[in-house]
Amino acid sequence: MKHTIAVLVENKPGVLSRVSGLFARRGFNIHSLAVGTTESANVSRMTIVVDLPERPLEHVTKQLYKLINVLKVIELEPDSSVERELMLIKVRAVAEVRARIIELTEIFRGKVIDVGTDAMTVEVTGSPEKIHSFEDLIAVYGIIELVKSGRVALSRGSKSIKDRQLRVAG
Amino acid sequence: MSEVTGAKALFLALEAVGVEHIFGIPGGAILPAYDPLIDSTVKHILCRHEQGAAHAADGYAQASGKVGVCMATSGPGATNLITGLASSFMDSIPVVAITGQVPRPAMGYDAFQESDITGIAAPVTKHTFLVMEPEDIAQTIAEAFHIAGTGRPGPVLVDIPKDVLQAKFEYKPAGPIELPGYQPTSKPNHRQVVEAAKLISQSERPVLYAGGGIIKAGASKELVQLAEMTGIPVVTTLMARGVMPDSHPLCLGMPGMHGNYTAVTALQRSDLLIGIGPRFDDRVTGKLSSFAPEAKVIHADIDPAEIGKNRKADVPIVGDAKAVLIELIKTIESRRAKDPQPDFSQWRDTVNEWKAKYPYKYTQTGNGPLKPQYVVERLAALTDGNAIYCAGVGQHQMWGSQFIPFRRPRTWINSGGSGAMGFGVPAAMGAKVAMPEDEVWCIDGDGCFQMTCQELATMAVERIPVKIAIINNAYLGMVRQWQELFYDERYSEVEFGWDIPDYVKLAEAYGCIGLRVESMEDVDTAIEKARGVNDRPVVIDFRCDPREMCYPMVAAGSSNDDIILGPEFEADKVEHEKGDHLYSQDEEMVID
Repeated sequence: MKHTIAVLVENKPGVLSRVSGLFARRGFNIHSLAVGTTESANVSRMTIVVDLPERPLEHVTKQLYKLINVLKVIELEPDSSVERELMLIKVRAVAEVRARIIELTEIFRGKVIDVGTDAMTVEVTGSPEKIHSFEDLIAVYGIIELVKSGRVALSRGSKSIKDRQLRVAG
Repeated sequence: MSEVTGAKALFLALEAVGVEHIFGIPGGAILPAYDPLIDSTVKHILCRHEQGAAHAADGYAQASGKVGVCMATSGPGATNLITGLASSFMDSIPVVAITGQVPRPAMGYDAFQESDITGIAAPVTKHTFLVMEPEDIAQTIAEAFHIAGTGRPGPVLVDIPKDVLQAKFEYKPAGPIELPGYQPTSKPNHRQVVEAAKLISQSERPVLYAGGGIIKAGASKELVQLAEMTGIPVVTTLMARGVMPDSHPLCLGMPGMHGNYTAVTALQRSDLLIGIGPRFDDRVTGKLSSFAPEAKVIHADIDPAEIGKNRKADVPIVGDAKAVLIELIKTIESRRAKDPQPDFSQWRDTVNEWKAKYPYKYTQTGNGPLKPQYVVERLAALTDGNAIYCAGVGQHQMWGSQFIPFRRPRTWINSGGSGAMGFGVPAAMGAKVAMPEDEVWCIDGDGCFQMTCQELATMAVERIPVKIAIINNAYLGMVRQWQELFYDERYSEVEFGWDIPDYVKLAEAYGCIGLRVESMEDVDTAIEKARGVNDRPVVIDFRCDPREMCYPMVAAGSSNDDIILGPEFEADKVEHEKGDHLYSQDEEMVID
């Protein structure tokens, strides 16, 4: 089962490798991992999608809390959070199909951000499902390359991750 | 205060946290630290190998409860510490390792003796620090000792580049500890403790499953108190031997792969496991799906990640073992009027019958080969179970744990979770440095001894009079045992031989006293002779029966119900009580 978790960490060298190393050695599969700065300069936030076929998510959160640089871990349930992913996709676009690609991009509220003689690069943002269906539909024209940001997510409503109670004390 | 070097700051910081001893070896990158050491109150013990230094720091910590400290240079010096740190990590032993690093401008350029030791050590330590500014040294050392010694203890590595040690700056002592991501819970949740008390009052066949956490918490007294007030029998895991005297009528001794029948079976037949500071290790549970199939579980541990990791807990309690035990005792007392007061005497009778029927057993004949168990038993008897006993890893370790009747905590020091061969000699050195008034014995195997025996030189030079009993069975005995039992007696690369090296000569070459014992009548004399030497180490080469096997045994991946009692019980045609096999029989991971 896939879970989306948000992890606040101290913005210190080596933290990403501590977190990813923990996932690797404990056998927790990372589906995607996105990391960036937050409203506090000394705190970074990771959004990790973890695939756990057999174990409860609690095993992951408890192990994460054991890392000294991890400040907070919460699960973002799909129903009570917003999730987005960004994809840049370069497709073959000879003159005859260009209009169809642009049309498809508009339907998905994407943007054409680069055009060459026989290729176009499109930016699409949205839920992982939306990104996935766009990728499926555009594939017929020939995907040259693509990149995804990994999922990022926030809980709905006015509360922040910092307002949530710790699930377990570290 | 005037300007100091980073190296001087390091020693000021170490003195500030109360460090008295460091086990280490100098080298290029750590060189600056060895200069202010000369003027420091900290005493340095010059080891012969960094692995020895790390194990010594572990033994020091296990014997005293204080944080052990080891120090090494960059690159190979630092990587040689890893086996020791990994062992400390698995057994939750507080150790701080200080390593030199190449100068900051050289880092990342594959400089001579450079290694990413904070990266390498991260998976086997509680935390690692890389100190990039001299101003951070004092605070980092304070934080490292705080992390190592609090919560679930463990090793912490502090890596300091050479130019940071050389830099001059205005020294400021460490301020208050500020670690927002490290807030260990020590006080148990009262409601959970009440739930635990209720479960105990409803149980019929409870067992107190005492783990290493009780030793770390210094809660032996409370454990015994809880056992006595409730009448619940206690098993003491490999990491908790001595937490309750083995002579206590409620103490069942060690469970697990080579535990005794009673301790193993009491857990198996129990309807309530009261785990205080254990981790439901595979060596104790055997095949997990068939472990204690009828038991509810109370699991108290300071590390929330241990609870429910291997076995689901019906009542999880996060907290320090001492705080949990005190709270549990109080709660049970205050609920006396409310809760039923079960009488466990029938359960105790059953357990005591097993105890009488299936003790550890071996046969030593007068003219037959010397049995390792006899050596351990005599050693325990002559020292009255009052020494500190260290061990390597293997058969001798199991015999040590089986045949020494422990009296008090912190007197059984071994590498439990990690199973690091070669642990014994340096750990005994560390234990003796920490507890100079205690008699310290290392029960070692011939295989283990040869991995770290260079520390004999350290002990001879530093006058650390440890006594080492080599159970020399000429083989990697435990491996031999597995090949005999599980590989059709096809012995592959396990024979070391009795004679090479000549352990007596080797001891003498290292400035120690060497003795050899080949028959049972010489055992006592040699042990007594060793006990009389107090100015240097003594090594006794006990030439033991290579064929002797360690029993009982629960084979890897087997259920505890299928405990093998061994040849001593063959005549009895033992019908040991089997479980109902209600549990699943499907394939499960086997950890050899």
